[in-house]
Amino acid sequence: MASHGIEIRGLYKIFGPDGAGYVEAVKAGMTKADLNENHGHVLGLQDINISMPAGGITVVMGLSGSGKSTLIRHINRLIEPTAGEVIYDGADICRMTVSQLREFRRHKTAMVFQKFALLPHRTVLENTVYGLDIQGIPRTDSLKKARYWIDRVGLSGFESHYPNQLSGGMQQRVGLARALTNDADILLMDEAYSALDPLIRVDMQGVLLDLQAELKKTVVFITHDLDEALRLGDKIAILRDGQVVQQGTGQDIVLNPADHYIASFVREVNRGRIIQAKTVMTPLGDLGTSSDSIAVPASMTLETAARQMTLANVTQARVVDDSGLPVGRLDFSALVSAMVTPTPHEATG
Amino acid sequence: MATCSVLPEVLCNFPAISDQTIRMARKTIDDGFKGLVREYADVIDVLVQPLQWFLNYLERLFTTSPWVLVLAVMLVVVYLASRSRAITIGTALAMSAIGLVGLWQDTMVTLAIVTVSTLIAILIGLPIGIVMARSNRVQGVVNPVLDVMQTMPSFVYLIPVVVIFGIGKVPGLIAVVIYAVPPMIRLTNLGIRLVDRDVLEAADAFGSSPGQKLWNVQIPLALPTIMAGINQTIMMSLAMVVVASMVGVGGLGKNTLQAINNQFFTFGFLNGFALVAIAIIFDRASQAFGKRLQKHSEVVHG
Repeated sequence: MASHGIEIRGLYKIFGPDGAGYVEAVKAGMTKADLNENHGHVLGLQDINISMPAGGITVVMGLSGSGKSTLIRHINRLIEPTAGEVIYDGADICRMTVSQLREFRRHKTAMVFQKFALLPHRTVLENTVYGLDIQGIPRTDSLKKARYWIDRVGLSGFESHYPNQLSGGMQQRVGLARALTNDADILLMDEAYSALDPLIRVDMQGVLLDLQAELKKTVVFITHDLDEALRLGDKIAILRDGQVVQQGTGQDIVLNPADHYIASFVREVNRGRIIQAKTVMTPLGDLGTSSDSIAVPASMTLETAARQMTLANVTQARVVDDSGLPVGRLDFSALVSAMVTPTPHEATG
Repeated sequence: MATCSVLPEVLCNFPAISDQTIRMARKTIDDGFKGLVREYADVIDVLVQPLQWFLNYLERLFTTSPWVLVLAVMLVVVYLASRSRAITIGTALAMSAIGLVGLWQDTMVTLAIVTVSTLIAILIGLPIGIVMARSNRVQGVVNPVLDVMQTMPSFVYLIPVVVIFGIGKVPGLIAVVIYAVPPMIRLTNLGIRLVDRDVLEAADAFGSSPGQKLWNVQIPLALPTIMAGINQTIMMSLAMVVVASMVGVGGLGKNTLQAINNQFFTFGFLNGFALVAIAIIFDRASQAFGKRLQKHSEVVHG
């Protein structure tokens, strides 16, 4: 199945009895506080424009109350938008009829929840076939698929356990298996790992990345954890008070934070794992042919490059592109300074 | 009455509508009601006929089968429901004691009517409870009706029931059902409304239709509460069969009524204890069954 991207355009959500009546006022500049105090409506999302690439992981990051869970619920319309469009495969999800929406949810989307939301009276296997049950697929077919995905998420042998008998990490594996069994193009993950212990969280991130390398689904991942966002996201959108404050790749955000708010997040990040060799290298055009001893791929992170250069005991390396052609030179000193010196935002701004 | 001498008459004795007017109104309502019933007597007969058949069939089955067989079936049912040896042995002892004091036949009659009324109460209560859980407006209408049903003295039900259906087993049955159905409705409604919102959202996210949501999520998760409702319904029908004996329901209730009228102390208590014994058997068996259905929620990860 070919993946399609998701295009969110001009999306507004105003909670309250007459949300639609205030869209124009908000567009004209009414603030969230004014709307709340004087008109008794809550501004959930304001002018959201994000294009989520097909077959990639888009991470929406923000603190609690930033509107990120509201945003993800617009993609399968668990929350009705006040204004705007969510386009998938040429169709506006916001304009679907009840039955179109039901079909869309059944076949195109699958969701993983922060609190797992498993059915307590069903076993792991029965929970996993839930989406296919809803589609009306007979158990003879669905059980086979379910067993495959239970195995893929590492839960073999637990098929007949009930959710209550499993740890949080294992329950979320069931949640993931349930979503994957649905065989849908869009995978919505609403703070899927936020309730897990840090070690298990990293483990589950690995599970997702491994599966995604093979499946190439259009994944929307919600988190409040920047490290998680940077590890998973092909694209990251940062939300604050219902507005997108910055979107781009992890490297964009780490290197050029849009404002103090984001800069304060980024300060704590391990930059060596985010910044790629090509960002720090000296391009070949300036220096002519390079004759350095080892080659590092352009997309390699600085941490990995540093490890390889230290092992080879060299201070310079050749940076090569996908086809192996040299594109630049990496100096160890430049590499280390990029890893350890955060650009002081105060100085530049 | 010192104050009354200074107050005007109207403020001292409550100005009631005149006796004559009330008598007129009462007569009109009563006559109208009776007339209505007389007019639709055929329809009512046809409607209650299946109940009559079912009740008679079950009663005959219970009373004419050899007691050994009835007891054996009962023990098997209790064991299958509870999977508990203690409850099964307790049932055997209690039923034997009832047989020994000569109340076997009467107990069978009571058992038949309680079984039928519980089944009907579930059949009526479950759908009403479901509809109530889905609509606040329906809940707003049904709740006060249930309040009235539960607080109205149970004897008062017997009056319209007798007017409409006459004296006999079926009117008694209907009175019992009216009395026993409110907890079934209330607890079904409550159980469905208390279902975890996150799980419901997951059901929506996977594209469940309202019916799929009801059968896959709401009813299964509400089951413990619904089972409590069924248990309450059984207990209340056992209590009501005694009152219903006043309109011609036989069995242990009729004996109790006789004992009251004639001050048969021992006989009254024997029948009372027989009812208690059945109540405990029903209660323990149905609760153990409900608990077994919920086995998955007992084993919590440590």
